[in-house]
Amino acid sequence: MDPVSSTTAQGVVLPMTRTVRTRVSRPSLTAYALLAPSAVFLLGFTYWPVVQVLASALTERAFGGTARFGLGNFARLFADPHFGRAVVNNLIYAAGTIVPSLLLALGLAMALRESGRLASVLRTVLVLPMLIPLVAAASLFVFIFLPGAGLLDYYLARFGLGQTNWLGDPSLALGSIIAITVWKNTGYYMLFFLAGLAGIPQELLDAARIDGAGAWARFRHVTLPLLGPTLAFVLVIAVLNALTQVDHVVVMTQGGPSDSTTLLLYYIYQQAAQNYDVGLASAATVVSVAVLFALSIMSLRSLERGIHYDT
Amino acid sequence: MTRDARWLLALLPCAAALVWAIPFAWMAVASLRPNEAGAMDLASLLPAGPFGWSNFADAWSEGHFPLWYLNTVLLCGGILAVQCVTISLAGYAFARLRFRGRELLFQAFLLQLMLVPPILIVPNMTTLVTLHLYDTLPGVMAPYFASAFGVFLMRQTFRTIPREYEEAALVDGAGPLTIITRVLLPLARPGLVAFAIVSITSHWNEFLWPLMAISSPRNQVLTVGLASFTSGAEAGSEWGVIAAGTFLVAAPLLVMFVLFQRRFVSSFVFSGIK
Repeated sequence: MDPVSSTTAQGVVLPMTRTVRTRVSRPSLTAYALLAPSAVFLLGFTYWPVVQVLASALTERAFGGTARFGLGNFARLFADPHFGRAVVNNLIYAAGTIVPSLLLALGLAMALRESGRLASVLRTVLVLPMLIPLVAAASLFVFIFLPGAGLLDYYLARFGLGQTNWLGDPSLALGSIIAITVWKNTGYYMLFFLAGLAGIPQELLDAARIDGAGAWARFRHVTLPLLGPTLAFVLVIAVLNALTQVDHVVVMTQGGPSDSTTLLLYYIYQQAAQNYDVGLASAATVVSVAVLFALSIMSLRSLERGIHYDT
Repeated sequence: MTRDARWLLALLPCAAALVWAIPFAWMAVASLRPNEAGAMDLASLLPAGPFGWSNFADAWSEGHFPLWYLNTVLLCGGILAVQCVTISLAGYAFARLRFRGRELLFQAFLLQLMLVPPILIVPNMTTLVTLHLYDTLPGVMAPYFASAFGVFLMRQTFRTIPREYEEAALVDGAGPLTIITRVLLPLARPGLVAFAIVSITSHWNEFLWPLMAISSPRNQVLTVGLASFTSGAEAGSEWGVIAAGTFLVAAPLLVMFVLFQRRFVSSFVFSGIK
């Protein structure tokens, strides 16, 4: 994995020579004791909840309060048109946020990689949105999207465009939510591309230039392949964000109008906190966990490589 | 590169930064423009006077900002304090010790990068109620006390420290706790600072979990307070007050970022995942 791990044995040599009798178990016990505090909280708030949510998703509650094992919650879940809508919305939301923000982030990183005062100011401005809470962004965009007197309509009116109900029109609301997310996350992704670009040896690009490669050819055949690990890493983070961040939906649209902005996690929140339907909320959580589990199995290696690569 | 392409490459970031700055510009202008300035030009980005602090005064008196600040600082500080202990111990174990199941355990730890607490709100709420931690700040903190990212980061940081530093202490018979606190942590300060920045930023900004886990107003944090404050002020179309309230919530991190920009950027690049 990396050159450092092969040297790990050395440090243990000293204590081990002094405690030959308990060769393996002594350092193991120490290690388990050191891992215990983290493990307690991981077990309590990450692993056990997964087991618990699976159990409660598979428990059907009848009106008499009797509980029995079964797939009834999943049957109800997949029959619920609101859930189907949430899945479709989340797919649109994922594609609509990830593709533009990654392309923009990569383009901006290419354009702003040079050091220089202007580039540095522009980078700062682009990164600022990632530092404010998503609910704060939502508070600002509520006014930006306000029909008529709001910022967007106020300036669009100068081009002769009329009022638009950006958050109240079912065909526009999801797009508005997507716009906020792109605004919020692009600068964050740009940082990773900047770090990735800084890791590309200048000699490679110079060599390509001497061989007569144009700007596009250099980008396509040198820069892009070398950015592969960074790209994979950013993609995983972006998918994770698309599944786990719904603060703006909670504050701005509450999933409406007519379910047009209900995302998967918002659906879970709604079932749990508003409808008190734990069975349905649990079944939907199991679906999300399954998606994240698949994603992590696919990406754990590339994640680790990505983190290595950036350091 | 042709001249056109070069121009395009220079124009794209300028245009993007301009668009990106608009919400902040509006926040600044609107928060300083008194409500009496007239409803028609609410959206104007031109910084024309008269200016005043009345929106901030209104926001301060309508919300419970001192309490929200206090709770948010307690939340971030509490999480970070416990995290520093858990990640240092586990990071040392993964960086320096050899034990049965190390690789498997490390992968199991990393799973938390994906199974983030917001996804598990439903079962975690049940756990909080069982532990009598519902509607308490420690209840909001608990799911974050272990941090896979922190463990990963400390493991990496410890590995960059040459073993010679520890060997003298080992010969003197020092245990792992002494080595971690006396030898390694003082040398690992950059790693800890990077972790602190990422941890504080993500918990300062978090919303959904505190919204679920806290019900009484006296335990409310800034983000949840801002949301209820905004929906109240929205009904009265007090947009300047909303802008001022948003500024109060976002300002501490924005100021810190502008002051320590390089530190922040390298921390986030190092992190990737909160």
